[in-house]
Amino acid sequence: MAQIFHRSTNFISRFSVFSFIFMMGFAVLAVLAAARSPYLTRQNITRQQPIQFSHKHHVGDDGIDCRYCHTSVETSAFAGIPPTKTCMNCHSVLFSNAGYLEPIRESYRTDKSIEWVKIHRLADFVYFNHSIHVNKGVGCSTCHGRVDEMPLVFQANTLLMQWCVECHRNPAPNLRPMDKVYAMDWTPTPDQEELGKKFMKERNIRTTAELTSCSTCHR
Amino acid sequence: MTNASRLLLAACTAAGLFFAGGCRYLKQDMANQPKNLPLSPSDFFEDARSERPQVENTVARGSLADDALFVPKDSNAFPLPVNRELLERGQDRFKIFCTPCHGLQGDGNGMVAMRGMKHPPSFHQDRLRQALNGYFYDNITNGFGAMFGYSAQIPPRDRWAIIAYVRALQLSRNAKVADLPAELREKLNRAGSSGANEAGTAKDPAGGHH
Repeated sequence: MAQIFHRSTNFISRFSVFSFIFMMGFAVLAVLAAARSPYLTRQNITRQQPIQFSHKHHVGDDGIDCRYCHTSVETSAFAGIPPTKTCMNCHSVLFSNAGYLEPIRESYRTDKSIEWVKIHRLADFVYFNHSIHVNKGVGCSTCHGRVDEMPLVFQANTLLMQWCVECHRNPAPNLRPMDKVYAMDWTPTPDQEELGKKFMKERNIRTTAELTSCSTCHR
Repeated sequence: MTNASRLLLAACTAAGLFFAGGCRYLKQDMANQPKNLPLSPSDFFEDARSERPQVENTVARGSLADDALFVPKDSNAFPLPVNRELLERGQDRFKIFCTPCHGLQGDGNGMVAMRGMKHPPSFHQDRLRQALNGYFYDNITNGFGAMFGYSAQIPPRDRWAIIAYVRALQLSRNAKVADLPAELREKLNRAGSSGANEAGTAKDPAGGHH
């Protein structure tokens, strides 16, 4: 009677039992890597907006302060998306015939909102508050990157919890002098270590234990 | 397979499909909660805005305190005490909201004006130096000419801070030495004379004018 299994089956069966451990390991790594990939974090991905609004032009070239449009950043959790009227402050005169600004004029005429595409999306169980960050000296570009160099805005950081907690464990390196919070080009000076410690004390920034406690961000 | 086990298999499959159908609802996706975030779209309201427009003539809680800040156009009253804090706030707000057109010095040469917006008049011209405080307040609130009103962007207190700073800008080009407190005047005199001496030794004829 002929053999049912070929001789090579010995090797294949041993190899597959042995490699199963590695395969499981790879599977876990693949899941972890996918969660950190731009595909899921949306890092560095620009999105088509209803109007090709360029932050590079308005912030970088024209030097308009962040707060001209994002008026509630200092006082509320939400930085604020400007109403169409804010666009019209200038564009009732400037480029008032330009075809690509027609959606703005239409929105202004008809009182219908422009549906901007949200770039920085946090999970709904994260209660991020802009005002506390800017009022304690964490600047815009620390999280949002060089918006003044972005023709179309993209998410410069992962916005993963890991990334948030990195700073919540030790905020000192990211604390700026108060007059530099809205400066796009701020970089730490050599004395940042000292300054950071000083700002921590002056601004009553909470301890690492408090900043990393669950309910600081999750409620 | 017996009839009984076939029936059991069919029942299990049916139950599995039935419960799988509920997964979408059973899964509590906490990252996408059915709640409204600021400016998120809504399929409940016809205009798709979850953020509801205010009912006309609504008075927000606490905003009655701003009543004293509403100074009429033809009044020169200034409803807040002017101190360093208010001026610094005014400078800060002026830089955010006004400099795009009015320029850092208030002479109407801001970046946006340079790029084609109508040049606003200089704050240093006689007409605006004589203009009443209420006139400035009215223009910031309701706009003037090509300038839209800024009531949505600048709260009343900040409007007054800006007016205080504009007054300081106007003064900066018309201050007289005699207006300074004696202490500062002396300091200026000393600096002036020492400057002249230095200029004298350096043989620079223009030096004495500082």
